[in-house]
Amino acid sequence: MALIFFFLYFPIGVLVVFSFNASRINATWQGFTLDWYRQLFHDFAIWAATSNSLIVGVASAAISTVIGTMAAFALHRYSFRGKAAFESLLQLPIVIPEIVMGGSLLAFFVLIEMPLGLHTVTIAHVAFNISFVTVVVRARLYAFDFTLEEAAMDLGANRWQTFFKVTLPLIAPGVAAGFLIALTLSLDDFIIAFFTAGPGANTLPMQVYSMMRFGVTPKVNALSTLMLAVVILIGVVGQFIFRGRKETPVPEEEIHPVPRGFEVYAKAGSDRARVPVGAVGARSSPDAQHLQLG
Amino acid sequence: MATSQTLARQGALNVSDVQRPRSVGAHLLLLPAYLWLGIFFLLPLVIIVYYSLTVRTPLGGSEAVFTLEHYARLWDPLYARIFWRSLWLAVATTVITILMAYPFAYALARTPQRWKNLLLLLSVIPFWTNFLVRTYAWMVILRSNGLVNTALMSLGLIEQPLPLLFTPGSVLLGLVYGFLPFMILPIYAAIDRLEPSLLEAAADLGARPWQTFWRVTLPLTAPGIAAGVLLVFVPALGMFIIPDLMGGAKVTLIGNLIQNQFLSARNWQFGSAASVVLMALVVLGLRLYKRFFRLEGVF
Repeated sequence: MALIFFFLYFPIGVLVVFSFNASRINATWQGFTLDWYRQLFHDFAIWAATSNSLIVGVASAAISTVIGTMAAFALHRYSFRGKAAFESLLQLPIVIPEIVMGGSLLAFFVLIEMPLGLHTVTIAHVAFNISFVTVVVRARLYAFDFTLEEAAMDLGANRWQTFFKVTLPLIAPGVAAGFLIALTLSLDDFIIAFFTAGPGANTLPMQVYSMMRFGVTPKVNALSTLMLAVVILIGVVGQFIFRGRKETPVPEEEIHPVPRGFEVYAKAGSDRARVPVGAVGARSSPDAQHLQLG
Repeated sequence: MATSQTLARQGALNVSDVQRPRSVGAHLLLLPAYLWLGIFFLLPLVIIVYYSLTVRTPLGGSEAVFTLEHYARLWDPLYARIFWRSLWLAVATTVITILMAYPFAYALARTPQRWKNLLLLLSVIPFWTNFLVRTYAWMVILRSNGLVNTALMSLGLIEQPLPLLFTPGSVLLGLVYGFLPFMILPIYAAIDRLEPSLLEAAADLGARPWQTFWRVTLPLTAPGIAAGVLLVFVPALGMFIIPDLMGGAKVTLIGNLIQNQFLSARNWQFGSAASVVLMALVVLGLRLYKRFFRLEGVF
């Protein structure tokens, strides 16, 4: 296992280390420097690309979250003719190779003579994000207890009030998750943006690609390290938020202390452990224990 | 003993008002999705199918003349080789990642709870990192003035730098490296859900560890492997970034071909034909996957 971890992180490590390397060629260590980061900071093209990525990302995530949430609702609550067909349609953007989608959208935009720019990238991103948002929100809806809505309506709320005061707050985490996924996918996307962006509408991945292809300076390393750091930061922060939200599961042993010798039964799965283990201790006959746990 | 049916008949149990199908509301909610996907997803696909079947004018547009010449051209050994290589690399990537991911996921699932979350987070971080960045890292290591070559030369082991980059091997390496996290996660999820009591039961019935693994663990975690295969094989077929960066112009895959036709050669008709074939391969792969998956249920 350690081997695989090494395999996974070695290249990344090299990248990070060399971003501080004072050598242009990047093969031997020649001294610590922050020069590459400084050059990065002054690179206008990169700032432009980053802001482009953010604009496209937020816009496409917002639009697709709205559309996707509506679709998730429709799919979850109603059954109607053509539902299966629509669900298959929704799965298509997830499975289709990005390059095919990119090429087809390029052909489409040129055919309708729409000039390529950030807006075309946004349109393209919304197109594939809808599916992902729908999947995420739908998963959340699945766990949503619709009787709460009924309760609200029983208490006199009309449909709109129910939706805004009961449903929406409860599915908000799911919707937020959908938004974040859409944002991440949009920021990370290279191929589709590559095909649908116009001149001067570079997104960050596009800029990174051209730097990798043509530039030779370790500026790329510095940029990569920064991107890595951002991702790691978001990940770690996200973990802490999640752990703060859910109640930390109290180990079963604390609720029901297991008498020595019976740990094997309590370990067998949380639903099994719900058995009043104290009672198990009182019975010594194996048959009775078996009955108790059955 | 009242069944739910009798209760329903008596009116004591009502189907929730919310769940009665009301088509109008559904269609209204779905309208934006329909429109967006229809116009910006389906329509473009239809367009490229159209392009793939029409003749190309010298300026690059499409004449409304039906032809199969672009598909015929794909049979040319030059292009057939590209498809074959893409298929073979995708399969190889899938198999290698399975072989690497399974033991890793198994070990991960078995680590004590204290370390598990941390290690899981560490395994997932490469997954979040940009494909480009991860591929570039290998470029830095493998290129002729990169880490490996410089190290080997300074140790006096070689005279000339080894051409490590721009070979099918390096593309395979890039693919495996890129897709490994995609395989690890589903397999890990499947192994993690395995009930330890089942393994204990098998041991109680006399199975040796190897038998337990082969006849209990593996079949039960097969859905995880299947999901991983789906996440790796299909995207690997259409990959463009990795063969482009790690293979240069020497290792052309379907993705490179399509990109080239659409952006450089401006032969959209031919590029569309290649795209359609790629989509067909993907659909085929999915069909096989579904059949394989259902077979696994028979186990």
